[in-house]
Amino acid sequence: MLTIQTPEAVMFWVLAPVAVLAALGMLVVKKAVHSALLLAWVMITLAIFYIAQDAVFLGIVQIVVYTGAVMMLFLFILMLVGVDASDSLTETISGLRPIAITAAVGFGGLFTSLIGRATLGHQAIGLQKANVDGNVQGLARQLFSTYVWPFEVVSALLITAALGAMVLAHHQRTVARPTQREQAIARFRTGSLASAAGLPNPGVFARHNAVDVPALLPDGSAAPNSISATLEARGDMLDPKRFELGEVDNTVTEEK
Amino acid sequence: MNPYNYLYVAGLLFTIGAVGVVVRRNAIVVFMCVELMLNAANLTLVTFSRINGTLDGQIAAFFTMVVAACEVVVGLAIIVTIYRSRRSASVDDASLLRR
Repeated sequence: MLTIQTPEAVMFWVLAPVAVLAALGMLVVKKAVHSALLLAWVMITLAIFYIAQDAVFLGIVQIVVYTGAVMMLFLFILMLVGVDASDSLTETISGLRPIAITAAVGFGGLFTSLIGRATLGHQAIGLQKANVDGNVQGLARQLFSTYVWPFEVVSALLITAALGAMVLAHHQRTVARPTQREQAIARFRTGSLASAAGLPNPGVFARHNAVDVPALLPDGSAAPNSISATLEARGDMLDPKRFELGEVDNTVTEEK
Repeated sequence: MNPYNYLYVAGLLFTIGAVGVVVRRNAIVVFMCVELMLNAANLTLVTFSRINGTLDGQIAAFFTMVVAACEVVVGLAIIVTIYRSRRSASVDDASLLRR
C-alpha cells in the first residue's frame, strides 16, 4: 500500500504546473533556442519526478542523457543551422492552428477522463518491496535476466544509428579543393584588384580598436568591407564618427 | 494526492507536444516536441511501475530513452542534410515529392 508523504505532494504541486507552463511556452516562443531551454527545464522537472517516484537510476539517466547529451546536440545543431524564416510563428497552412487546438483539447479531455474513470482493481503498491536491494540492483537483475535479449538488440540499434548518422553527415566533394596558389591566381585574374591584397582591417582609433568599428576610407567615410558582414547584419557595427578627434573628451583632470 | 496525478501531467505534456509537432514550422522545434512526447510517455511508464510495484515499467522507460537517443542522432543528421541542400530548416520547404 502506497502513501504519498506531504513533501512529495508539495513538490508535485509546485513543479507540475511549472513543467506544463514551460511546455506551453515551447509552443509560443519565437526563437528555437528559447524552446530548447524550456524543454531542458521540462526534462529536469521530469528527472525530479522520477527520483521522487523511487526511480533513482532513471532520474540520473534522464539528466545525463536528456538534459546533458540530447539537449547539447539540439543546441549544437541549432547553432549550425542558425536563425532563419522558419522561426516565425505565422500560419502557413490556413486553419491549421484552430484544428490542432481543437484536436488537442479533444485528446486531452479523452485522456483525462480515461485516467479519472479507469481503475486497476488494486491500490497503488509502491516500489519499497521491488527496490529492497536498491533501485540500480533491482533494475540490473531484470535487465540482465528477463530483458537481456532486448538489451542486446538495443546495442545493434545504437550501432546502426551511429553508422546512419555518419553516412548522412558524410559530405563528398564534387570538385577538388582549390590550393592556395590557385586561390591567389584567381584573386588577381578575376574582378578588380581592390581586394587582391586581402580585405582592409577594421578601424584603429584612439578610444576603440575592436572588430566592430569599420576603418575609414581616404575621404573619411566608413569602409563596410573592413568588418564581418554578420556584425553588420546583426546591427552590432559601431559608427566610426563617435571616435573622431573632435568628439573625444581630451580634458585632463588635475592629479594630486 | 495519489500517484495518478503524475499521469495527468504526462497526458498534458503529451498533448502539448503533439500540438507543437503540428503547429511549429522549424524542423528542430518539431523534433524537440517529439522528444517532449517521448518524455511524457516515459513519465507514465515510471508512474505505472510505481503503482504496480514492479520494475518492468522502469526497464521499458530505459529502453525508450535508448531509442530516443538513436532517434535524435539520426533525425538531427537528416535535418542537417536537408539544411545543407535546401538552406532552410523549415518543414514546409522540404516538399520536393509534392511537385
